[in-house]
Amino acid sequence: MNGQLKKCHIAITSFIDSCSSHNLDSLPIVAVEMIHSLFLINHAGDIFLEKHWKSVIGRSVCDYFFEAKENAAEPEDVPPVLQTPHHYLISIYRDRLFFLSVIQTEAPPLFVIELLHRVVETFQDYFGECSETVIKDNVVTVYELLEEMLDNGFPLATESNILKEMIRPPTILRTMVNTLTGTSNFEERLPSGQLSTIPWRRSGVKYTNNEAYFDVIEEIDAIVDKSGTTLCAEIQGVIEACVKLTGMPDLTLSFMNPRLLDDVSFHPCVRFKRWEAERVLSFIPPDGNFTLMSYHVNAQNLVAIPVYVKQNISFFESGSGGRLDLTAGPKQTMGKTVEGLVITVHMPKAVLGASLTATQGSYTYDPATKVLVWDIGRLNPQKLPNLRGSLSLQAGAPKPEDNPSINIALKIQQLAISGLKVNRLDMYGEKYKPFKGVKYVTKAGKFQVRT
Amino acid sequence: MSASSAFSDEKGGSSSVGEPEYGHDPASGGIFSSDYKRHDDLKEMLDSNKDSLKLEAMKRIVAMIARGKNTSDLFPAVVKNVACKNIEVKKLVYVYLVRYAEEQQDLALLSISTFQRGLKDPNQLIRASALRVLSSIRVTIIVPIMMLAIKEAASDMSPYVRKTAAHAIPKLYSLDPEQKDQLIEVIEKLLADKTTLVAGSVVMAFEEVCPERIDLIHKNYRKLCNLLVDVEEWGQVVIINMLTRYARTQFLNPNLNECLLEEGGESTFYGSDADQDEDEDEDKKDEALSKRKPYVMDPDHRLLLRNTKPLLQSRNAAVVMAVAQLYFHLAPKAEVGVIAKALVRLLRSHSEVQYVVLQNVATMTIKRRGMFEPYLKSFYIRSTDPTQIKVLKLEVLTNLASETNISTILREFQTYIKSMDKDFVAATIQAIGRCATHIGEVRDTCLNGLVQLLSNRDELVVAESVVVIKKLLQMQPEKHSDIIKHMAKLTDNIQVPMARASILWLIGEYCEHVPKIAPDVLRKMAKTFTNEEDIVKLQIINLAAKLYLTNSKQTKLLTQYVLNLAKYDQNYDIRDRARFIRQLIVPTDKCGALSKYAKKLILALKPAPILESPFKDRDHFQLGSLSHLLNTKAGGYQELPDWPQDAPDPSVRNVEVPEWTKCSSREKRKEKKVEKPFYSDSEGESGPTESADSESDSASSSASGSEQSGSGSEESEESEERSDSDEEEEEEAKKRKTQKKEPIEALANLRRGTCPSRSLTTTRTARQTAANQSLRILSPRQR
Repeated sequence: MNGQLKKCHIAITSFIDSCSSHNLDSLPIVAVEMIHSLFLINHAGDIFLEKHWKSVIGRSVCDYFFEAKENAAEPEDVPPVLQTPHHYLISIYRDRLFFLSVIQTEAPPLFVIELLHRVVETFQDYFGECSETVIKDNVVTVYELLEEMLDNGFPLATESNILKEMIRPPTILRTMVNTLTGTSNFEERLPSGQLSTIPWRRSGVKYTNNEAYFDVIEEIDAIVDKSGTTLCAEIQGVIEACVKLTGMPDLTLSFMNPRLLDDVSFHPCVRFKRWEAERVLSFIPPDGNFTLMSYHVNAQNLVAIPVYVKQNISFFESGSGGRLDLTAGPKQTMGKTVEGLVITVHMPKAVLGASLTATQGSYTYDPATKVLVWDIGRLNPQKLPNLRGSLSLQAGAPKPEDNPSINIALKIQQLAISGLKVNRLDMYGEKYKPFKGVKYVTKAGKFQVRT
Repeated sequence: MSASSAFSDEKGGSSSVGEPEYGHDPASGGIFSSDYKRHDDLKEMLDSNKDSLKLEAMKRIVAMIARGKNTSDLFPAVVKNVACKNIEVKKLVYVYLVRYAEEQQDLALLSISTFQRGLKDPNQLIRASALRVLSSIRVTIIVPIMMLAIKEAASDMSPYVRKTAAHAIPKLYSLDPEQKDQLIEVIEKLLADKTTLVAGSVVMAFEEVCPERIDLIHKNYRKLCNLLVDVEEWGQVVIINMLTRYARTQFLNPNLNECLLEEGGESTFYGSDADQDEDEDEDKKDEALSKRKPYVMDPDHRLLLRNTKPLLQSRNAAVVMAVAQLYFHLAPKAEVGVIAKALVRLLRSHSEVQYVVLQNVATMTIKRRGMFEPYLKSFYIRSTDPTQIKVLKLEVLTNLASETNISTILREFQTYIKSMDKDFVAATIQAIGRCATHIGEVRDTCLNGLVQLLSNRDELVVAESVVVIKKLLQMQPEKHSDIIKHMAKLTDNIQVPMARASILWLIGEYCEHVPKIAPDVLRKMAKTFTNEEDIVKLQIINLAAKLYLTNSKQTKLLTQYVLNLAKYDQNYDIRDRARFIRQLIVPTDKCGALSKYAKKLILALKPAPILESPFKDRDHFQLGSLSHLLNTKAGGYQELPDWPQDAPDPSVRNVEVPEWTKCSSREKRKEKKVEKPFYSDSEGESGPTESADSESDSASSSASGSEQSGSGSEESEESEERSDSDEEEEEEAKKRKTQKKEPIEALANLRRGTCPSRSLTTTRTARQTAANQSLRILSPRQR
């Protein structure tokens, strides 16, 4: 052993000698690829975490970003890509935090953006949420994650199944045990997931109850114009899966009516060829929660609009105030009940307050953001909810010319509005009988009524 | 040092997390000194024998690094623990080492032998991790050691270690570019690797170190195409981008027809493509006779297009964008349509993704409008969109405007004008102006609409309208003298300088159409001259000059007055302009030479401005790239080469089928068969048969092309599928073979009966469905 070390030492010194013959300092600095550094910035504009995958870049680089942030009215309006004299800044805004990455050379912007979102999703997966407090409380785990997710600024392990094999997510119990025994979240044994040909699934999964649940969630995106005509409508669906199955199950999920699906995108586990040929989803699932597929139903005549809103918002010519009258009612609900109905109205700047009466639910008006929220809840088709009353305007302000816009949120249980139905789920490759289930829910996505 | 004191110290550490200012500030001397103290106990903890104390210390140090605090003075204490047995401590030490080795080069050398030992470890994961850390330590003196380690790792048994070697290449290259030649050798070796694990990483290294060495790709081209679907997402992006460049140097332009037509000055509206497609083959023949050989797509070109297409279904926006740009730059015009749907899907994603995608769509819509026309409504704007997204969608809508859809688009624009977001309203007015210039039929409608906006209460809206109206009026001023009169009246109210300047220019330019009003406007302007903004002053001088030349009787004195005011203006541009105009228009004894032509000079007929999209011609940057987004060349950007005139020799991509291909692929098939029979199918095919069937494929595609009539993206998609059918049949046959065992399992399932489900609704009985299922597998799908 000692002899070996000595040899190493000699090797080093001889290498060093050979190096010193040419001057390395005079060489041009070659730019590095992909993400160089990452800064986490909170809403107030404080940098609370930094990570560098190569040489350290000073915080002052963020000043360009802060300047852009100053100029933007809303945080969403900060340009995601900024150019500075020596760097490019690519940022995302999520959960009231900015994730700002610094790159030095050409790199596909979507690559970086997608990667940053993946980082956020990993944090959410590990800590339940992604907030400044949570990140600060778990700073070591966060740092370890960032270290594993990127190598030299290039993505290395971004699958949560793999990461969880290397770095265990914190749980209350484990945190207690850790503080008592002084151990931490690292897996003692070496993770083998990175070596597998199916990088999204960890090996050696074991459950006593084997179960596979699929949630078909559809969102209706629509723009309805003043007269109630649907300008555009489409359905965006996702199938969220929670699969807890032992071993290496190979699943096949088929639909009753796959023709409905206009456009699809898959988790990498889904076999493209099989979908193209037979319209079935064939896959070896990751362990735990994941999004199996998302899809799109475009044909406008197929899109049922579950509710309508009759609206009359007007301002007096004199400019002293206005009237508001909203009624919501069911349209095409396929015999199901509409729940969680919330109507949000963005008022013109001049509107100071609202004094209204709601026949159902409650309303709030925030004079700072000019947003009126009417929380209706369950929609009763026999007795349509109505909200009416007067709006008060800033004294002396002219009659507002701009239109308020109405956004609708709702939920319908046990229904996929597109009519999509899962036919069956089969499992190959394992002997046990899994417990299977499918749930459907429809929500309003970007559902807007113009006035 | 007891554990309890360490704990209390930790508390102190975490309370400082909340501070807005961090250790960097030299003014906060108090914190600095306490840091010193704290570091002392950290050193003690690191020196202790207990792993738990070491771990605690390392955790606190990493937390400090994360907050951007300087912990470099701990380097000697930390580096000692690099050989620590505890894997957790070790990992954190690595984190520290990678962060500070560059600053403490000499001390960092102490850790090297540990990694060198790690490189020889029997466990592949330890070998990989040793290489990873070793290559991340930016100490120039160990370059030769790194080089040696990379070379050895590149021929490691484990693909994971080889992947790590590929990752290490760019690191070493950025440390010492002189190693380039040696590194290229390693890249060449790794490019030949057959595993999906390595492919993405080595192409990344290739792009970083030697993107100009296209010749290294030839032999690996087909393999990369065939592996692509199984490579991890990030690797896919890198490979697709590289292959786009490669294809541009090796294949012929599939849209040569279009280019020739464009050169001939013929307008290529997508709408007229129907006829064009119909006669495509004839056209081609005609041209072939006159110009060059008929175009036949290289089978390798087809292979790339075919193998990337399924990736449009990826969940990863970067992959979808990469395929989209590949199709945009490489596919025949009739096939590009397939990407539109996928790009529109991305518009549902996060706003940053939307931002980038819309930028690219905007560029695409200029060249290939027809592609996105069916998705017009997906670009409708919601009041809740962020302003930058709104403006980009507006750009796309404007680009998509044509005679057929303009009325719908204008109706949309009308609602946008009432938006609360004034920046967006201004952009909408500009967009209306652009629609009006491009589509003659609606020019008057647009103009009337804009004139109505002149009575809007919001000054910004009025100002923007004035600017746009000015541009529109230049196209046919004689018809619109009443609008000019209307605008002349606005000078009393409107204060926005740009709008005032526009009105004045308009009156000056067309003073003959408003002979009575023009001098009066000049009179008013002369009165307020001193208080105007510079751009307005310049236009007052222009107006005065023009009136002097056309109507000197009424305006001679006024002009003199204005010029005198300008002579003493604070701004030298205005003084210069006044002096110049005076010399030019007022005849004096000395310089008569130019003033003869004054009228010609100042009242020359000016061409109407062309309102163009800012995205025009942006496609000379590779789409999806940072350079495209910024519209300037970013550092390290690789130009997208132009198509070659004549195709380079395609045989360079031929690969002999040596012994090792067979055995390695067999091995792989064996290991994969258990897990995912489908992918291995497509891979198994990648061998010697591939060039043959893609050839037959392209032949059939040209045949089917001639049968085709009508146009539209769906049609072309169909033709593609049809052309693929040959190859699919073969595949099918193979599939049948490999899947024979599946029905057995299905039957086994059937015997067990289906499992209970929460609400798995099925109309048929379980028995029937299972039987159907097994039937479907047994019989080929084209029944």
